[in-house]
Amino acid sequence: MKEYRTINQIAGPLLFVEKTEPVGFAELVNIVLWDGSVKRGQVLDTSDEIVVVQVFETTAGIGRDSGVRFTGETIKMPVGKEMLGRILSGGGKPIDGGPEIVPEKRLDITGAAINPYARHSPEEFIQTGISTIDGMNTLVRGQKLPIFSGAGLPHNDIALQIARQAKVLGSKEQFAVVFAAMGITKEEANHFMADFERTGALERAVVFLNLADDPAVERIITPRLALTTAEYLAFDLGMHVLVILTDMTNYCEALRQIGAAREEVPGRRGYPGYMYTDLASIYERAGIIHGVKGSITQFPILTMPGDDITHPIPDLSGYITEGQLVVSRELHRKGIYPPINVLPSLSRLMNLGIGAKHTREDHKKVSDQCYAAYAEGNDLRGLVAIVGKDALSERDRMFLEFADLFEDRFVRQGQNEDRSIQQTLDLGWDLLATLPVEQLVRIDRALIEKYHPKFRGQKGAAPEKAAAR
Amino acid sequence: MEVKDSMTKRSGTGVLKRISGPVVTAVGLDAHMYDVVKVGKEALMGEVIKIKGDQVIIQVYEDTSGIRPGEPVENTGLSLAVELGPGLLKSIYDGIQRPLVVLVDKMGNFIQRGVSAPGLDRGKKWEFTPVVKAGDRVGPGTIIGEVQETNIVHRVMVPPNMKGGTVKEIRAGSFTVEDVVATLDDGTKLTMMQRWPVRVPRPVVEKLNPDIPLLTGQRILDGLFPIAKGGTAAIPGPFGSGKTVTQQQLAKWSDAEIVVYIGCGERGNEMTEVLTEFPHLTDPKSGKPLMERTCLIANTSNMPVAAREASVYTGITIAEYFRDMGYDVSLMADSTSRWAEAMREISSRLEEMPGEEGYPAYLAARLSEFYERAGRAKVLSGGLGSVSVIGAVSPPGGDFSEPVTQNTLRIVKVFWALDAKLSQRRHFPAINWLNSYSLYLDILHDWYDQHVSPDWNKLRAWAMEVLQKESELQEIVQLVGSDALPEEQQITIEVARMIREVFLQQNAYDAVDTYCDMTKQYEMMKAIKKFSDLAYAAQVAGALPAQIMAVPSKNELPQIKFIKDYKPALAKILDQMDTEVNALRSGT
Ligand SMILES: Nc1ncnc2c1ncn2[C@@H]1O[C@H](COP(=O)(O)OP(=O)(O)OP(=O)(O)O)[C@@H](O)[C@H]1O
Ligand SMILES: [Mg+2]
Repeated sequence: MKEYRTINQIAGPLLFVEKTEPVGFAELVNIVLWDGSVKRGQVLDTSDEIVVVQVFETTAGIGRDSGVRFTGETIKMPVGKEMLGRILSGGGKPIDGGPEIVPEKRLDITGAAINPYARHSPEEFIQTGISTIDGMNTLVRGQKLPIFSGAGLPHNDIALQIARQAKVLGSKEQFAVVFAAMGITKEEANHFMADFERTGALERAVVFLNLADDPAVERIITPRLALTTAEYLAFDLGMHVLVILTDMTNYCEALRQIGAAREEVPGRRGYPGYMYTDLASIYERAGIIHGVKGSITQFPILTMPGDDITHPIPDLSGYITEGQLVVSRELHRKGIYPPINVLPSLSRLMNLGIGAKHTREDHKKVSDQCYAAYAEGNDLRGLVAIVGKDALSERDRMFLEFADLFEDRFVRQGQNEDRSIQQTLDLGWDLLATLPVEQLVRIDRALIEKYHPKFRGQKGAAPEKAAAR
Repeated sequence: MEVKDSMTKRSGTGVLKRISGPVVTAVGLDAHMYDVVKVGKEALMGEVIKIKGDQVIIQVYEDTSGIRPGEPVENTGLSLAVELGPGLLKSIYDGIQRPLVVLVDKMGNFIQRGVSAPGLDRGKKWEFTPVVKAGDRVGPGTIIGEVQETNIVHRVMVPPNMKGGTVKEIRAGSFTVEDVVATLDDGTKLTMMQRWPVRVPRPVVEKLNPDIPLLTGQRILDGLFPIAKGGTAAIPGPFGSGKTVTQQQLAKWSDAEIVVYIGCGERGNEMTEVLTEFPHLTDPKSGKPLMERTCLIANTSNMPVAAREASVYTGITIAEYFRDMGYDVSLMADSTSRWAEAMREISSRLEEMPGEEGYPAYLAARLSEFYERAGRAKVLSGGLGSVSVIGAVSPPGGDFSEPVTQNTLRIVKVFWALDAKLSQRRHFPAINWLNSYSLYLDILHDWYDQHVSPDWNKLRAWAMEVLQKESELQEIVQLVGSDALPEEQQITIEVARMIREVFLQQNAYDAVDTYCDMTKQYEMMKAIKKFSDLAYAAQVAGALPAQIMAVPSKNELPQIKFIKDYKPALAKILDQMDTEVNALRSGT
């Protein structure tokens, strides 16, 4: 392979290389330093005059005397069965002291788009044991559901609890976990690793670690390596894979850094205009394919800068993912775990995975009614702060109390408390029963008669009589 | 109407000079703007978008990884065009009309590049029945025969860019889309297929005023903010507020004869959902599976951006083609913001001077050209047809002041403003009734008068007034609490709540409530008005608001939504309402 020593300019993570033979777009590039060490990069722009290379590691040590080798192929990830249980760097090299991975295949890390016609609609209910998720924002196999959090909030604990408890009812098969850390601290990483080891999850996991002090540009490839691995496990080996990506905010910062180095016209808040498309090329790598056994379920975690959900990172993510779980500082301050605020949270695939066929016939209606009642009670809190409780009508007072009860009993649960979906829904009914029956306008009469605590067990009661007025 | 066809073909080959993502530069190529070219050894499809000296700049519809300077570029001399003919319905295409079903067969579950497949199946035979005979004169757009495509009759037309003549021979029988079905006296051969360049609107005789509503079965749309057949509407909203669900509801239940649904830069699973669901749903009017009238374009967010840019044009050209047969077509584009972003990305690769927020300066022009292709029209074949266009807009941060939303609102006539506050409390559809508007109200006034009820327009105005009043009262309530309001106003607030909860809220996932015909909408609104009248009268007669609000019949009313055969139940509730409220009157 020919080596060029024609680096003309180095700017941030970018090298500008002159006078090469024709080089392919997006090719993998090896940069050889004076001491023989090799760094990796990728072609971002190629012409017969100049080639722009983005380096995935720090450019420290690279100079005009460094050698540049164009490999003639795009970046590939070696994958194999033995990857389970292994810990790799954010660039895909083993860092657990174990042997090199013996590849069964080498896959392009960009990943091709799944043909929409080949996709199978996700519909299998995943029970996470967390009421705010199962009851109100149901997760299904093959979904991408991010956690929108803020600095210092317990999003990692929530992600771990999900990874521990997630199961598909009636199936013994456990999820394989692909964990990709981007720019998180050593301490956070240890927290994850300790939990994986304690619960034995590590045996079914592949871990990619790019920590806070690792090169920022490497973060651009970390999630792609992780997802390439996940696709192999899911679509080649038929496993059900849970992918945790944390923290996507650090990924986006790296993207911004490269955009700035290329002197691109910046979009909102300095992030590149193509960030939507770039994020989609990560998030869309989730789902199920017709006639193929495995699945990829994605849990990206991101911290919202300044807790601002309209910041481009959560905003563009929300436009791509199939809902979001929003972690609230206010609930956290009240000492409620898990502090998931259901109001701005959403699972768009919920309707596919609930109902008589999957969970229970009353699921949708109970959830809708709880939402409406909690939203109303929550609004009234603002009013109470101004006019006091006494100025409220009887009806309003009941909704206000419902909101408190809801947070205290439905939202709050233990870190190891694994509630079944029946328990969650019954709990919902218990809380709704504190409201007068006629206020339950979102639920049809038949379901009320069947599930409302007041009527539970009174099968066959004449409807007219049962609807106590 | 001048449209380029293969007669004026330019050809020639050039050489690639530079590759930068989806934009590549070639030199030594004889090309005109918007020519389709084949790029590189793998012959990837591209389109000329800029010419600068001897440099020809091309957007490529497929991934360009691995392509090198020095590889060849070949000009096809044709414009980017779609194939129009039997086989469009029930299809799912990518942004440049490659059938996704065929692509799965050719290259598996993932989309690879360098594979081409024609938009219309070349092998399939269709039963063609002529409607003209030898000796008849035919002109541009004349219908010459019919094919039963699905339950929809596909009308085969003389292409609008042909001059026509006298039919020399025309045959009934089973043909492929390339077989000659008719010959004109000047030797012109007609097949069931025509090609049309996507960036050129198909001609009509004249555009007409849209004065018939496109009924959607969605109460807040038909009832408060209707769109006309041939009209334009925009649905802007932050993520998760209901753009896609609303668009899908329209694709399912609107009383158009043909639906073109464009998933432009959105999620793969959403297209799958349509594919899984539509074959099992039936059109309330025809009783036939909804899929039979639908054509899907899916260029999801992770598919090439240049093809995303093209997808909108591919979709509207197909819509116009069915309009030309005399059909009412509705087209949904989800989301036009992703289309605009594709323009922005290409523009920035071209190093063009950016306009507002990095969008190209021609953003407004492109948007208005697109929406201008909507309309109700007298078509060349003599009949009437329409294309209604409903575009979703995804403003960053949900802020409507951004360029795509603002430029769209300058063009469209209906504005359905989605509101995150409403969706968060699961008020669906989360369309804000105070900010939304329809400029078709006046023109549709008579239609509602004649086809719904002479008092419908008054009822609508009444409901809007109550909602407006409520929003004013809510400001006071926020300061003093609702109990401090005068009794009469407490009733107003309650009536407004009923309008919101009973009429406006509509659950897309409830088997019955998902579709509500105009009669039921009218009956429901009338019932709320009746309660309102009774309540005010009772209050004047001395009944307390709390008593009035507690009458059981009022709380029964929401159940009507979920009952298919609602009339007996509604009559019973209304009877009961009379008795119960009047009892309060005499009781005090
Ligand atoms: N009419 C409706 N009835 C019931 N639920 C609805 C309705 N409209 C929206 N929803 C709920 O809101 C969710 C989000 O809606 P949708 O996916 O249409 O949002 P969107 O505006 O298209 O978001 P994005 O911009 O991210 O694509 C749905 O998954 C559904 O749960
Ligand atoms: Mg959407």
